[in-house]
Amino acid sequence: MASKTLLRRVLTTLSSSSIGNPKTPSARRCSSLSAASTEAPLPPSPIPPSIKSSTRVPSSLNEAEVAKFAAIADTWWDFEGPFKPLHWMNPTRVSFIRSSLCRHFERDPHCARPFEGLKIVDVGCGGGILSEPLARMGATVTGIDAVEKNIKIASIHAESDPLTSSIEYCCTTAEKLVEEQRKFDAVIALEVIEHVADPSGFCKSLSALTVPNGATVISTINRTMRSYATAIVAAEYILHWLPKGTHQWSSFFTPEELVLILQRASVSVREMAGFVYNPLTGEWSISDDTSVNFIAVGVKDSH
Amino acid sequence: MQSSMLLNRVFARRIVATTFRLFSPRRTLSNGGSGGFNGEGSVSDRVGTLEEATDQRDKDGMTSNIGHYDVAIVGGGMVGMALACALSSMPLTKNLTIAIIDSNPALRSKGSFKQDGVPDPRVSTVTPATISFFQEIGAWKYVQQHRHAYFDKMQVWDHTGLGFTKYCAKDVDKDILGCVVENKVLHRSLFASFQDTDIQKTIYPARLTSMAFESPYSSAVADSQPPNEQGISSGSAYPRDTSRKQHRECLAKLDLDDGSCLFAKLVVGADGAKSRVRETAGPKTTGWSYPQSAIICTVEHNIENSCAWQRFLPSGPIALLPMGDRYSNIVWTMSPKESTDHKLMSEDDFVRAVNHALDYGYGPHPQSTFLGLPSDRFTWITGQGISSVSEYFEVPPKVIKVASERMAFPLSLMHAHNYVSRRVVLMGDAAHTVHPLAGQGVNLGFGDASSLSKVIAEGIMTGRDIGELSLLKKYEKERMTANITMMALIDGFQKAFSVDVGPINLLRAAAFHGAQYIKPLKRNIISYAMGEQKWPLLS
Ligand SMILES: Cc1cc2nc3c(=O)[nH]c(=O)nc-3n(C[C@H](O)[C@H](O)[C@H](O)COP(=O)(O)OP(=O)(O)OC[C@H]3O[C@@H](n4cnc5c(N)ncnc54)[C@H](O)[C@@H]3O)c2cc1C
Ligand SMILES: C[S@@+](CC[C@H](N)C(=O)[O-])C[C@H]1O[C@@H](n2cnc3c(N)ncnc32)[C@H](O)[C@@H]1O
Repeated sequence: MASKTLLRRVLTTLSSSSIGNPKTPSARRCSSLSAASTEAPLPPSPIPPSIKSSTRVPSSLNEAEVAKFAAIADTWWDFEGPFKPLHWMNPTRVSFIRSSLCRHFERDPHCARPFEGLKIVDVGCGGGILSEPLARMGATVTGIDAVEKNIKIASIHAESDPLTSSIEYCCTTAEKLVEEQRKFDAVIALEVIEHVADPSGFCKSLSALTVPNGATVISTINRTMRSYATAIVAAEYILHWLPKGTHQWSSFFTPEELVLILQRASVSVREMAGFVYNPLTGEWSISDDTSVNFIAVGVKDSH
Repeated sequence: MQSSMLLNRVFARRIVATTFRLFSPRRTLSNGGSGGFNGEGSVSDRVGTLEEATDQRDKDGMTSNIGHYDVAIVGGGMVGMALACALSSMPLTKNLTIAIIDSNPALRSKGSFKQDGVPDPRVSTVTPATISFFQEIGAWKYVQQHRHAYFDKMQVWDHTGLGFTKYCAKDVDKDILGCVVENKVLHRSLFASFQDTDIQKTIYPARLTSMAFESPYSSAVADSQPPNEQGISSGSAYPRDTSRKQHRECLAKLDLDDGSCLFAKLVVGADGAKSRVRETAGPKTTGWSYPQSAIICTVEHNIENSCAWQRFLPSGPIALLPMGDRYSNIVWTMSPKESTDHKLMSEDDFVRAVNHALDYGYGPHPQSTFLGLPSDRFTWITGQGISSVSEYFEVPPKVIKVASERMAFPLSLMHAHNYVSRRVVLMGDAAHTVHPLAGQGVNLGFGDASSLSKVIAEGIMTGRDIGELSLLKKYEKERMTANITMMALIDGFQKAFSVDVGPINLLRAAAFHGAQYIKPLKRNIISYAMGEQKWPLLS
């Protein structure tokens, strides 16, 4: 319920703020490939062949960003490695998604496998940190990622558990799935949108993959001073959780911008929440505070 | 690319009643070790449904003929069975597949047990918290069908004639202080309740010999096949041999003494004080033996006993716990030499010794209520005022007969440094033996089972791998806290004993927790204070 109030607040700000924000789709498209490579000097990691070949379709791929992930793919399941923040945050965001989707699809949140029968795609699944829990909760999961190595690792990791070995992992992009006319009851992209080349086109693809009245879920990092301090300075430079250069603050979205982009992609945001980290307990929790990490759950328009 | 080649792996879950593993033919060849059951009688004598615990994923490259389980509980004693029962009773966990590994023949009988006859000397004093846990998991109704003795009064006094208190449930707004139940009744009640449920369960009548962490793929089949047969969606570029191993999720692989083996996501070591799981998983323990022993037996009275009695004698406490049907249970702590004597002496002599110890022996009756300490000093322990000392001292009912064998065993205390590691959890006596006779041991174990079942449910709620260390740490944190609470209690004893008179109000708190073993702790604490020993429950 807190998330509803929050959403109202966000939407009010939205209507009163000027629409000419720096993240208009055209602005983004201009700054896509070439801009990214000049702004962020990268470690000389080879771009996997699969990515080169996939650039022929209109794509959300930001090759520089993708290369960053390819370089650290080996560490997906190292709980103390670069993806430690995702692992730590995972139970919190999964429980938010669980209760939100249970409300949306009218499922019993008290049973072990409430997502039984739901088709869910995890876009930018990485090593499968989210795909696996979704599968254990009963969903029929497709996990896609632009980095082939991620997909390999995700598949190998999932095969030991019969509940997760049914996940369909694919090295592809949301755009290609749209071309193939795939449809899902829920489309989820966590911590991906800040790494893609064309966020608004990306959202349109997510929307196109969602069945009418289905759910689209996006989480990302806010563009605030706090997020700059936490996500970049603290996580990358002080705590060394993430390799330096993982995030570019300028590519972060505010909740208002995200709601707007999704609206243009025919997805109405229904719930929004923040995730806050308590450095004392080392635990994450769901809150109204969207100033660093936040998640939005929207419904695909039925027409 | 997004072909459904992975989808045919969907694991068809069987919903079956209790499945028992067939005895493997190798069993008869195994040379001892387990000692317990030696294969007398045929399998069908004791099993209802028989189903081979085989694995159905062979065609996908999983090692065949090896059972795969969510949870493998090593040790189906009271605590292991309590966990099994708790898991099978909660909506979130009842879809788990559970294996129980224990050669104890009690897990093969259909659980009918007769109530009459002389009570077994192995009993536990269960606390109200344990009773509500049993109610939650559906086992208390079975306890109620059998012999059990609630008590609402407890008298504690010492041999000096100075310390005395009588403790009543109504003083703390409770109906009862506890309930004395034979261990076998607790165990069978849990087993019966477990069998009521339709959770998918397999009982391995064997003992754990060793444990390793392996991917179910790493053996034979998988690695000898070409990569594409594994069903990985795309191609080739990735050097599979080394990296595959690196990214594979390992499961716990358990080898049993009958030659069988199984894989589990989570192994629960509930295999008692000499835990094999603990030995193999490697958490260090701190432990020592007291230079004390306890003698336990069942005794008979002329009249019904309805109070728990405890008296502190120079060599240790003697407790007389009500059992119903005019029986009581004796737990008497003394030196090892004395315990041997008391075990071997004639029954008549033993009865005389007990009556002596519970009456005028070693010192006078308490003359009157006497508190050696200002009463507000210890009120923190119960959070209650000190109010129940108005009642008069009573002499416990006389013992007329020894009704069971007398069993003597040494006392020891052990505590594991860690309760958890990846895919492994210790609980019950495998994690901590507080004292083998106080009844507190098993209450702590039931607390472990309750906590672990809730942590597992929480893990399932968020779709986690239930063997994940960060999840299991929650259980460890919670249970270690429970122990620290107990340490605070022990600290209270220390303060009381350092004044050497009437630690009586503390004993009320102790009694409330079922701890009837002040003397050994006192000794321990005093030697700790003198710097002779490390603090018992800390590393
Ligand atoms: C002799 C004795 C007398 C006691 N008397 C009392 C008493 O009077 N009152 C009281 O409150 N408490 C008493 N206790 C303590 C109490 O029994 C324990 O606290 C309680 O039983 C702990 O339960 P548990 O399930 O953790 O372990 P246990 O009851 O020890 O159960 C362990 C189980 O694991 C199985 N096992 C062991 N090793 C393996 C292996 N390698 N593979 C598979 N299975 C294995 C065993 O067969 C057993 O069923 C006594 C203990 C002992 C040893
Ligand atoms: C920060 S990770 C998040 C992983 C996962 N969603 C999670 O939250 O656990 C971002 C992932 O998105 C992938 N990615 C980046 N750009 C992408 C794109 N355009 N299409 C698909 N995946 C992309 C990266 O390879 C990386 O695995």
